[in-house]
Amino acid sequence: MSRKRDESPSSLWPAIQFTVNGGSRTVRVPPMKRLLDVLREDLHLTGTKEGCGEGECGSCSVRMNDELVNSCLVPVLQAEGADIQTVEGLALNGDLHPLQQAFLHHGGAQCGICTPGMLMAAAQLLAHTPHPSATEIREALAGNLCRCTGFMHIFESVAAAADAHDAQQANEHTMEQTHHAR
Amino acid sequence: MRGNPAMHDLVAPGSLGAVLDLLAAEPGIWTPIAGGTELMVAFSAGRLNAPKLVSLWGISDLRTIQANSDTMAIGAAATFLDLRRDAVIATEFPLLARAASWIGSVANQSRATLGGNLVNGSPAADSSPALFAYDAEIEMISVRGTRRVPYSQFHTGYKRNVLAPDELLYAIHLPRRFARHRQYLRKVGTRRAMAIAKVALGATALLEKNTVQEIRISAASLAPYPTRLFDTEAALLGKAITRETVLAARSALLAEVKPIDDIRSTAEYRRRVAVNLLEEFLLELRRGELHA
Repeated sequence: MSRKRDESPSSLWPAIQFTVNGGSRTVRVPPMKRLLDVLREDLHLTGTKEGCGEGECGSCSVRMNDELVNSCLVPVLQAEGADIQTVEGLALNGDLHPLQQAFLHHGGAQCGICTPGMLMAAAQLLAHTPHPSATEIREALAGNLCRCTGFMHIFESVAAAADAHDAQQANEHTMEQTHHAR
Repeated sequence: MRGNPAMHDLVAPGSLGAVLDLLAAEPGIWTPIAGGTELMVAFSAGRLNAPKLVSLWGISDLRTIQANSDTMAIGAAATFLDLRRDAVIATEFPLLARAASWIGSVANQSRATLGGNLVNGSPAADSSPALFAYDAEIEMISVRGTRRVPYSQFHTGYKRNVLAPDELLYAIHLPRRFARHRQYLRKVGTRRAMAIAKVALGATALLEKNTVQEIRISAASLAPYPTRLFDTEAALLGKAITRETVLAARSALLAEVKPIDDIRSTAEYRRRVAVNLLEEFLLELRRGELHA
């Protein structure tokens, strides 16, 4: 979503440093600027989407210090020093993350607006619960809304990614990614 | 009209002492912001009336959860995921753990704080009924020192509380003496995740020889601010749970609640559901179905 440029010269703002997908980034933006807008406008990481802008839909989900957060509700100053992973950080060296593979195979993406948030919520789940129950998958995805009514395909994609063989892969990949990010 | 970040100042002094000094130097000027799940929604919508904000995020003194011998001390900036992950809370204060699981979704629970839920003071606050049921005490801090009030005296009106302009909510204390109490908490909302309560009812009770020795009942969304239902409790204290006392308790509840019509529900629906939840609690209590 486009928005008015900040009126003050950027040099007026203090430097805020954090890590995104393994790389150190420094921005000079108003400290109340939403992490979502900093990712999209300042860092040009437009994979993270804005849906509702009020923490209800999960489209802007990213992982911050190993927790899932709605980036629309994080003032960027509170990301100072944080380790952030966005959907752009899932694929490693051009190889899709097992979750992304599963979403492709099982039709887990339709229009694509909710997909990055769904992937990050699922990545957060599998990082800590490599063999989730159906209930655990449902709870992990409960804050992410899909308006193409694709919930079952999304659920099946996450379940498939978490299946025995894939689960190990997914976990290793996620841990490797997390390690890489640090 | 969307919020413009350049119109707000946000600072992160990084320590509790530095935050308190700032609040003392300019009382009422700085708005504390913890996980932002309330204030950032207002900001995005362009209705955040707070030109200067001070961040409480990342201040470990405010996020500690400590099990002392007699009490559980929960830092005001502990997140709802912190509460859900705490073994003592899961065992001794299951209603609070359950309420924490009702907050929005995982992405909200990772940021939303118990103190924020209380300071925001929504009549529908998920954590309030559990805190009333456990007889919580609220500790506040400023450069002048700390002070405590029972949680039942913390809220004073719609989104109003006893915090002075230079004070922060510091910790929530729960007495560790509910092991033998029967406990109940149920929320009625539109869906399991993300929904704000139409009505919720929480209670703890100590029964001996089928007589109510101790009881605390609280409800969400039935008054302008979170409250205990003292009159309903009085109708049950010292009584056996019979058809008559259940009816008397229903009447007492209807007489003391003040629900409203709003976008989520109607006053009439809230009244009906509230008395039914109360009856469900009392019948389960009598049948011994509620876990201690």
